[in-house]
Amino acid sequence: MTKVQSIPSPSVHTEERAHEADHPSSQVAAFGGDQPLRLDCGIDLSPFQIAYQTYGKLNTERSNAIMICHALTLDQHVANVHPLTGKPGWWEIMIGPGRPLDTDKYFIICSNVIGGCMGSTGPASTNPATGKVWGLDFPIITIPDMVRAQAMLLDRLGIDTLLCVVGGSMGGMQVLQWTAAYPERVFSALPTACSTRHSAQNIAFHELGRQAVMADPDWHGGRYVDQGTHPHRGLAVARMAGHITYLSDAALHRKFGRRMQNRELPTFSFDADFQVESYLRYQGSSFVERFDANSYLYLTRAMDYFDIAGDHNGVLAKAFTGIQTRFCVVSFTSDWLFPTSESRALVHALNASSARVSFAEIETDRGHDAFLLDVPEFFDISRAFLQSAGAARGLTKAGQ
Amino acid sequence: MSLQQQVLPLTGVGSSDTGLYRGDHLLVAEMVERGSKVLDVGCGDGDLLQLLEARGIDGRGIELSREGVNRCVAKGLAVVQGDADTDLVNYPDDAFDYVILSQTLQATRQPKVVLENLLRIGRRAIVSFPNFGFWKMRLQLLVGGHMPRTENLPATWYDTPNIHFCTIKDFVQLCDEINVKMERAVALDLYGRPLRLNLPWWFWNMFGEQGVFLLSRAERAR
Repeated sequence: MTKVQSIPSPSVHTEERAHEADHPSSQVAAFGGDQPLRLDCGIDLSPFQIAYQTYGKLNTERSNAIMICHALTLDQHVANVHPLTGKPGWWEIMIGPGRPLDTDKYFIICSNVIGGCMGSTGPASTNPATGKVWGLDFPIITIPDMVRAQAMLLDRLGIDTLLCVVGGSMGGMQVLQWTAAYPERVFSALPTACSTRHSAQNIAFHELGRQAVMADPDWHGGRYVDQGTHPHRGLAVARMAGHITYLSDAALHRKFGRRMQNRELPTFSFDADFQVESYLRYQGSSFVERFDANSYLYLTRAMDYFDIAGDHNGVLAKAFTGIQTRFCVVSFTSDWLFPTSESRALVHALNASSARVSFAEIETDRGHDAFLLDVPEFFDISRAFLQSAGAARGLTKAGQ
Repeated sequence: MSLQQQVLPLTGVGSSDTGLYRGDHLLVAEMVERGSKVLDVGCGDGDLLQLLEARGIDGRGIELSREGVNRCVAKGLAVVQGDADTDLVNYPDDAFDYVILSQTLQATRQPKVVLENLLRIGRRAIVSFPNFGFWKMRLQLLVGGHMPRTENLPATWYDTPNIHFCTIKDFVQLCDEINVKMERAVALDLYGRPLRLNLPWWFWNMFGEQGVFLLSRAERAR
């Protein structure tokens, strides 16, 4: 029989991940029965909690706070070692003393989104009503729901206005939702590699990922925790498919070409002969160590439903009428998941609203993921935009 | 003609600083009232926008080249990547007090449409352009028999972005044709210094290296 190599089982135990969902290794804001989260689906989520990290110091005027919104599979551990993987924070190249998001100047907040699995309430959390994991009993959440929860966290922290909201991909969607829903609370906004709506192609890729999860017999209709399993194969396939969309043809070719993995000749089997196969399997199997399968279903769904223009009678500009927020929109040439045309449509709508907007398209072959990578031009633009926003807000040094 | 005006000393920028800026930029900045909202179409590296912001003017820019845009954004300026020919239609009427088109008109595909858009988006427009009637241009064509090249326009005919050159006289004619009121006009010499105002138009058309015009809509000017 032809040799087959399937995706290896995760090394992190399910219990560690489950513990992190309820008792995160970060700060937590708990909201009791008197403060429900009003969800778009019509349900009041209560009680619920938001897990978050902060870096830097809030100044006495409370004017130097920057909110980072994370992308689909990321979390609040933006500039510290990840509690499950032990790896550095996902945006450490961007955050720290002297870096574009300078912790000597700014107070940086990043929270895990509602529906996530790293400590904010989501399908992996324990439902207090039953004492069991929420699973598919968790209500469907949307990008506006995530932002509504973040606004409640901001209230809890006693911060009225953010100097800036920053985010890429799904994080960029949250940035745009912040400006549409709470324009008076957002002094400036830096949406990157994103769009005001999820395209049909993007919904299609998400559906592929979800069906891969649901087709895994270990999924058990979403009740895999009760069965003591985790659909790691289905989730890994979803991640592999997703990961391809985050790269570009040119980046994959440059990185791997048709090179073989530790061998000279094809093995005439379904073993991972090619480096690119081996890489994708690694991406898939390492992802399932830290991510909950149901959470992946809920968050992809939230992105699919996102359409700011749809919430404003199909006219995008109406979402930003009279807005005073300063915008810097950034896209990347090789990003085919959220192509420059999407950013340009946003910029046109912002122009039509006479908003103060900068728009830069950065040339790179690294695809959608470029916003997470070492792209100096993006750093320069982010740094200068934040500095000019800070100057316009009369910002002094942190702690003053 | 009363339209032809002498440039005034620029308030808000110290005389020691003015040497940092291009002559036509200083002239344009002087035409813009403080506290107004300005769109600079074809803003290049953002030098004029920086000068305007230094004077407390809310400046925005459009620039065709990606490198130019990114340099502007990295300076903290509000600049978007776009094309004067295709992207001005996306701006609403009366969005700005002034729309500036500096040394760009001759590079647009449809100068007349662009000019009309400038005065739709802005209540006033400031347009500067190289004068193809400048004596050096004329001389090169007449005596040299080749397409003119000057210090400020060094490109050869086959790689120039400038596809719609005009003279000061041509531009004045276009303004009349599309019912645009010329509020002020200045001709600059090769070194960016304004020509004396009591000189006749034909002299400007011959010795002005570039023209700078402050325009408004004729129907609103009354």
